[in-house]
Amino acid sequence: MDTNRLIQTLAADNAHRERPVALVLALALLAAAPFSLAIFFMELGVRPDAMAAMRNPFFDLKFLVTLALALPAIAIAIHLSRPEASLRGWAWLLLIPLGLLGIGAGGEMMMPQRLPMMTRLVGSNSRICLTAIPLLALPLLAAALIGLRHGAPARPAVAGAFAGLLSAGLAATLYASHCTDDSPLFVATWYTIATLLVTAIGALAGSRVLRF
Amino acid sequence: MRDREDEWTGLMRSAISGDSAAYQRLLSAIAPVLRAMARRGLARAGQPVDQSEDIVQDILLAVHLKRHTWDVGAPFAPWLFAIARNKLIDALRRRGRRVFVNIDDFSEIIPSEPAEETVPAREVAAHLEALPARQRDVLRSIAVDSASIKATAAKLSMSEGAVRVALHRALASLTARLRKQ
Repeated sequence: MDTNRLIQTLAADNAHRERPVALVLALALLAAAPFSLAIFFMELGVRPDAMAAMRNPFFDLKFLVTLALALPAIAIAIHLSRPEASLRGWAWLLLIPLGLLGIGAGGEMMMPQRLPMMTRLVGSNSRICLTAIPLLALPLLAAALIGLRHGAPARPAVAGAFAGLLSAGLAATLYASHCTDDSPLFVATWYTIATLLVTAIGALAGSRVLRF
Repeated sequence: MRDREDEWTGLMRSAISGDSAAYQRLLSAIAPVLRAMARRGLARAGQPVDQSEDIVQDILLAVHLKRHTWDVGAPFAPWLFAIARNKLIDALRRRGRRVFVNIDDFSEIIPSEPAEETVPAREVAAHLEALPARQRDVLRSIAVDSASIKATAAKLSMSEGAVRVALHRALASLTARLRKQ
């Protein structure tokens, strides 16, 4: 086909308007949320002493940390859906959840503890944590990838990794209300491993499905 | 160079707000630059430059289908070159060579004259035949026979809206097929 003809054809299609990537991503995540919620309420559920736990700052810190991961990851994923975007000036946002964890761990160190450090780190839910977070994250990860497919990420694996981070962050927020391990050491260890797992899956899937 | 890029940005803004003539002018203005880039990329990868037109069309389709990822407040050229670079690397990789393209190479490119040895693009036309009947008929009418949307609607006894939808779907599936090949 002649290029000038193709150009005429594209101009004839100029009236077509696509929705912004952020909107498509939001709609996809909203559509996937019921699946993650269903898995959560059928298999896990909120811990019975949640009301009392809310008075424990380390319980509340878990949500702060997971949301401090999920929300910047969403913002970065949307940013990376533009082909000319780079991580420069954005990557530092990922230090926020790590910083919060560090502050939490430091705070816990300074308080008298009933349990030794290793016991708190190992906790009693590590295996559930490592399965629940990826499982809850999967529907959200699929949604995030569908949303980002609407964009044009120059580096599909990196964009996919952020789809993984955001879905793991959201899944961990949900899981945190089930888990009875509130020590920042537990969160820093097991939540991080689970998140990295989902991130790796996201990067792998992204490198396949996010090419445009 | 600056002026040219500012002009592109202005044209793209008009295009986004519905000016199809500005859009056509923009695509016509960037095509020679993309062609020069594609030729240079092919030459560097040690491949025959006669496939450059396929790459140009691949890039134009991506520009079209992904233009909603361009921020109207930003200059157009960096966005365009990012899309072009991505598509060029993809095209060269598909042709069996791993290559690295430096984005700075593009900004100073001089548009190449339409050289005689340019082989017409074949890929788009080949994939056009494999599209679903409705999409193929609409795309053929508009792209090959240069009919307007209105004339196409009358010829195929479709509504203009249905023609628009089929046209857009045809362009999207064409792009998906080019990517998969």
